[in-house]
Amino acid sequence: MTQLLLFNLFNGLIVGAFYALMALGLSLILNLSGVINFAHGGFLALGAYIAYSLLPYTGFWGALLIAPFLTAMLGLVAERILIRPLYGRDPLYSLLLTFGLAYILEDVARYIWGAQSVPFQIPAALTTPLSSQFFFLTGYRIFMVLLVAAAVIGLFVILNKTRLGIRIRAGTSDLETVSTLGVNVRILRNLNFGLGIYLAGLAGVLAAGMLGLQPTIGTSLIMPSFVAIIVGGLGSLPGTLLGGLLIGVASGVTTVFFPSATEAVMYVMMGFVLLVRPRGLLGEEGRIQ
Amino acid sequence: MNAIGLPRSEEIAGLSAAERLRNHRLTFIVWALLLTMPYWMGAIGGYTELAIRVVIMGLAAMSLNFLLGFTGVLSFGHAAYFGLGAYGVGMMIKYVYPSTLLGMLVGVATGTLAAALIGGLIRKLRGTYFAMVTIAFGQVFFFIAFRWNTVTGGDDGLTGWKRQPIDLGFTRLDLLASDTLFYYFVLVMFGLAVALMALILRSPFGRTLVAIRENERRARFLGIPVEQHIWLSFIISCFFVSLAGTLYALLSNFTDPRALRWDMSGNFVIMAVLGGMRSFWGPLIGAAIFVVLQDYVSSQTENWMSFIGVFFVVIVLFFPRGVLGMLKRRSAK
Repeated sequence: MTQLLLFNLFNGLIVGAFYALMALGLSLILNLSGVINFAHGGFLALGAYIAYSLLPYTGFWGALLIAPFLTAMLGLVAERILIRPLYGRDPLYSLLLTFGLAYILEDVARYIWGAQSVPFQIPAALTTPLSSQFFFLTGYRIFMVLLVAAAVIGLFVILNKTRLGIRIRAGTSDLETVSTLGVNVRILRNLNFGLGIYLAGLAGVLAAGMLGLQPTIGTSLIMPSFVAIIVGGLGSLPGTLLGGLLIGVASGVTTVFFPSATEAVMYVMMGFVLLVRPRGLLGEEGRIQ
Repeated sequence: MNAIGLPRSEEIAGLSAAERLRNHRLTFIVWALLLTMPYWMGAIGGYTELAIRVVIMGLAAMSLNFLLGFTGVLSFGHAAYFGLGAYGVGMMIKYVYPSTLLGMLVGVATGTLAAALIGGLIRKLRGTYFAMVTIAFGQVFFFIAFRWNTVTGGDDGLTGWKRQPIDLGFTRLDLLASDTLFYYFVLVMFGLAVALMALILRSPFGRTLVAIRENERRARFLGIPVEQHIWLSFIISCFFVSLAGTLYALLSNFTDPRALRWDMSGNFVIMAVLGGMRSFWGPLIGAAIFVVLQDYVSSQTENWMSFIGVFFVVIVLFFPRGVLGMLKRRSAK
């Protein structure tokens, strides 16, 4: 029993790390540009498929390095052409547009790579269990948790130490003033979007190695990411991270006791948070208006 | 002005005599087309079931627009209540008592009750945040329907039930026997719902909703309890959309989790935008275009998702005002 619980707890942590990685990207874009990027899951799938196509040429490590960057490039282009015209208009329109884009990306993935699940090879060195008692502690899972942690730390370093990151944070709290001070807001939003998509691409490569790869991989991960943002609190990236991990662990633990409520539990959590603290665990006051 | 010197509701809404005439004309045309649809749908390559789907989706999109266009609140999770209506009627007929009307009552009650609970949780949220929370909550019911195999049929859907004949005392409506008869049954329901909707929008309550849409802060200063109004508007909107959901399930004698998934919510929103959010009949026109197009495209190609996706993008980038919005603008020039 303890082992089963530990297994699902750890599983939940990994899944939560995916949610968090995805939700952090969503949050970045939402906070700076006010766009709910429904196509985030589509970009995640795209990142995974690009990595899949690169595997024979570059191997796993090369694909892990290159695929998220290529995905981010596509994100930059999509932002420039499709989303930029919608800034300043009712958020309804950007939501609808990214919704359509999600349809397109999923269908494109299906058209190019097929509707069936494809195998995603990860290095043998990572697949062997590290301990016979705790069979679930494969190298890949540990590696994944470490990599997500590294990505999150990297993100916070970028946001706190680099000029780009500081401008993104400044723009999040007052875009108009940032613009007045001579920062090119268009480029800022573009790069910020790319950064968010980079995280989605990275999550995609990692998820493909664990969950297998099919065109719908993105849609199954995006809904919990919304929940993660709401639970963690709008406008707060640490909150988003916390939210993702919390709901991941909660659904992991629920699997042990009540398997059919695996997904429902996170929505119950969300309802509870909204009831007692509408702005989310670490959310800023006034953001919800 | 009327006899006691108070402005009439049309005057409050700022409609000129010409605009009022145009609205009446549009209402007349819409009803003329709806009443005769089964007779010309076949001539243009459609079929009666498609006509029924247009009316049902039109009702769903108009219900959403009650909230979206007339209260100014963006819900992206209306499929949940649509689907609850669908499952409500199906489960009632299958498990409890075989009666179409009773089933519909249960379906609508379920959807409305869920909306009241969730609306209470989210009435303080606004804008993108409101939209995101409605998306997320919409998924709860999807997962329940998907996971609770033994009762809902899971991924395969709820089968093994049929819409029942309705006994009116003087005559018996055998809804299963004739598609045309079922079309007119749906149209009667549509007519009642739409008339009620129009009545609510004309009432002081409806006017207050429009005031909140136009300027929430000013409405608040006037002492209007904004949160309660939004909550109530959400419930009313979901009441109508769950009615549409019951009809949708009755149409195919079947429902599955896709009826309450997020893509259905998105479809409702695009229908409303496509037809014109600021007009009463706009969403119906949007629904007609969307349903017919989807039917045609999915019969022609496997990659219909891309077409629908491109359709979304094109509408947002080039026709954000919708069909009626553009017509109105052109005639104003």
